[in-house]
Amino acid sequence: MMEVTLSHYLSVSAILFVFGVFGIFINRKNVITILMSIELILLSVNINLVAFSAYTGTLSGQVFSLFILTVAAAEAAIGLAILVIYFRNRGSIAVEDLNVMKG
Amino acid sequence: MIESLFFYLFASITCLSGLMVISSRNPVHSVLFLILAFFNAAGLFVLLGAEFLAMLLVVVYVGAVAVLFLFVVMMLDINYAELRDGFQRYLPLGLGVGGLLLIEILFVFFNSENMPQTVPVLNEVSNTRALGLVLYTDYIYLFQLAGLILLVAMIGAITLTLRKRENVRRQSISKQNERSREESIEIVSVTSGSGIRSK
Repeated sequence: MMEVTLSHYLSVSAILFVFGVFGIFINRKNVITILMSIELILLSVNINLVAFSAYTGTLSGQVFSLFILTVAAAEAAIGLAILVIYFRNRGSIAVEDLNVMKG
Repeated sequence: MIESLFFYLFASITCLSGLMVISSRNPVHSVLFLILAFFNAAGLFVLLGAEFLAMLLVVVYVGAVAVLFLFVVMMLDINYAELRDGFQRYLPLGLGVGGLLLIEILFVFFNSENMPQTVPVLNEVSNTRALGLVLYTDYIYLFQLAGLILLVAMIGAITLTLRKRENVRRQSISKQNERSREESIEIVSVTSGSGIRSK
């Protein structure tokens, strides 16, 4: 078995990132799955930062990963709150109906 | 040897559950696979020596964010079948863009020079202690800003979802305190045998 290098971790992160982007493309109508895809993308970024942090021996990457976790939690809370009030007002969460505020 | 075995285990489960998140039909299954992906990413973090972030991922993500997703998915009464209409239509475009992106990123990784190849051994302090030492000194302003972001998100989520319903009796403390004795009670003298009519 070959030794695990930085490139391995970066490959995992890249695959996860691409799955996230792919999820946004194929689930164009489902806001919940789009939010989950964004979570996947943020997770892949975290893996990237932590891998670089470990292999270069500095802690900055882990600190920034911590802040990304914070922002991701805030984003999920606000996004789901918007989703809940949108569903309460319209009775659906179809992305194509999301043009109420269009001028 | 055992480390690379665990790496391949965690990495493959993370990637597979990431794929299941975006492709499963039932959104509840999607959330559960998201939780699985988070757990295995936490395993990867442990392999990288970032124990604190691994615990944070389990506690904050699995414990809070994923459960929040689960609550919302189960609370909203939506026909998820009709939300998947465009699946076939957008599949080629998504495959094209995703494949191109993956090839580009991997191309950069495997062609870049002077990538660090081994983990430097630094065992002076534990990971949590080392993080705390820089977090509360060098990054103190960012740390405070992160707290502010969380506060704004909390207030925002509460005000967004707070609902003022009609026909619900609520306690109004200021109104209760404003009441005076004159307007709340009335002394009447009742003659025996006759009732009183309230205003």
